[in-house]
Amino acid sequence: MIEVRHINKSFEGEKVLEDVSVSFDQRKTNLIIGRSGSGKTVLLKCIVGLLEVDSGDILYSGDCFTTMNRKEKQNIRQRFGMLFQGAALFDSLTVEENIRFKLDLFTRMTAREKKDRVNFCLERVNLEGKNRLLPSELSGGMKKRVAIARAIVLNPRYLFCDEPNSGLDPQTAILIDKLISDITLEFNMTTVVNTHDLNSVMEIGEKVVYIHEGKIWWQGNREEILDTENRELNEFVFATRLVRQLRKLDDI
Amino acid sequence: MPADKADCNANRLFAPVLQTTLVMRLLEHIGKYTLLILRCFSRPESLSVYYRRLIREMEVLGFNSIGIVAIISFFMGAVIAIQTALNTENPLFPPYLVGLAARDSIFLEFSSTMVALILAGKVGSSIASEIGTMRVTEQIDALEIMGVNPATYLILPKIIALMILAPFITVLSMVVGITGGWIGGTVSGVVSTADYIIGIRYAFIPYYITYSLVKSVVFAFIITSVSSYHGYYTRGGALEVGRSSTLAVVHSSVVILLFNLILTQLMLT
Ligand SMILES: Nc1ncnc2c1ncn2[C@@H]1O[C@H](COP(=O)(O)OP(=O)(O)OP(=O)(O)O)[C@@H](O)[C@H]1O
Ligand SMILES: [Mg+2]
Repeated sequence: MIEVRHINKSFEGEKVLEDVSVSFDQRKTNLIIGRSGSGKTVLLKCIVGLLEVDSGDILYSGDCFTTMNRKEKQNIRQRFGMLFQGAALFDSLTVEENIRFKLDLFTRMTAREKKDRVNFCLERVNLEGKNRLLPSELSGGMKKRVAIARAIVLNPRYLFCDEPNSGLDPQTAILIDKLISDITLEFNMTTVVNTHDLNSVMEIGEKVVYIHEGKIWWQGNREEILDTENRELNEFVFATRLVRQLRKLDDI
Repeated sequence: MPADKADCNANRLFAPVLQTTLVMRLLEHIGKYTLLILRCFSRPESLSVYYRRLIREMEVLGFNSIGIVAIISFFMGAVIAIQTALNTENPLFPPYLVGLAARDSIFLEFSSTMVALILAGKVGSSIASEIGTMRVTEQIDALEIMGVNPATYLILPKIIALMILAPFITVLSMVVGITGGWIGGTVSGVVSTADYIIGIRYAFIPYYITYSLVKSVVFAFIITSVSSYHGYYTRGGALEVGRSSTLAVVHSSVVILLFNLILTQLMLT
């Protein structure tokens, strides 16, 4: 469980997040949705501490993250998994070395155990046998899947994904969404996903937070989102002709 | 992007002095640089991983530079010998002067300072662009999220690797340079082998070698740390990575020349 309490963040006087309070539940795929530039990435980076908040607190299972020193932060981060918008694989390392990275640093596993664990994770994201490829030899979707494998290798307690399926075709996107929501249950994680993809919302959105101009505008689940009276959220959800037509069909 | 507390502290500490005067900018650089380097010296998460990184960096930074250092040293040695001979044709100058001049210029300045400047160009730009690319593609953020200290993981092995190898590169440059002077001098007929050998042995002060080796270690630290600093604080995209790598070369060269002056004052006077 992650609790965000009254955080503010501004860049050179320009407010990007304003009094954001929200909590993310364990064993759930929590989605943050919003328009481009609304502050989703900034919020996620504040939660994991890549950006320093101006004020407010972030609590991980009750422990205040914002006031921790570097060592404590490093310790809790070993339970994090994060998927960056551009995958952020280490491009001098092979797929296997990328996934094995945390095992090498933080465990005393034998080579055999590491190998098994890497292969298990690769299988989990449907990339068996790609161990020896370099990131530059992978497609965009494959990179994202390797990044997921790398994120889950040490059974994280918290998983953060920044637009896991942007730039992917709808089928692959759904595959990745499913993967994220499956492993959330499998590993008992608290998962936070940034997205502006409505397909994801309908597929996996157990808790959805709509953020607009740096403020939390609406919270709920995927069933409630279609019936909401909130004007901004409606505009966001029903922005495309396809969805509008589907709603008409629904109404008939 | 200021990724952590130290960086943020650095920014907060130095933000008010950002008011663009050159001295202030310089102070800001020095402050941020110092904090970053201090951050490098934390306990490694796993010794075996860091050992492998160290070996790898020694190969990339050190062994891969040997070729260019050898070639340049050879030709500089030859040119120094020939130039000295041509400018001292007066019979009043002893014939061993060629060897003497070649030895002293190579031992005192060329093999440490000039080689450091060459390395700043070769190694410095590659360090800054490697780390800079990792910064703009969020790989450094990824390290941070994994609970790894990115400064220690990325920068420390580079600093140590080049500091270990720099004395060897310097000695190599000395040997090749003296050989170059001998071959250049004898082939062009300006000096005989016997005179050259007398020259390089004449009034030899072994301390000069110590002086040169100490300088090379200091310069190795400057090259790797300054270039890493520029890479680490890159923000933006590919364009800025290129800019960082240029700045890395320029700034390490200037700092090397400055410390050359300081070390010469300290060690030779
Ligand atoms: N490092 C930064 N410095 C200054 N401003 C920033 C910085 N990072 C983000 N911003 C600003 O914060 C606002 C929110 O950006 P953010 O990246 O969070 O958007 P987003 O919701 O993730 O959009 P997208 O869906 O396009 O990724 C933008 O107006 C952006 O200009
Ligand atoms: Mg974003």
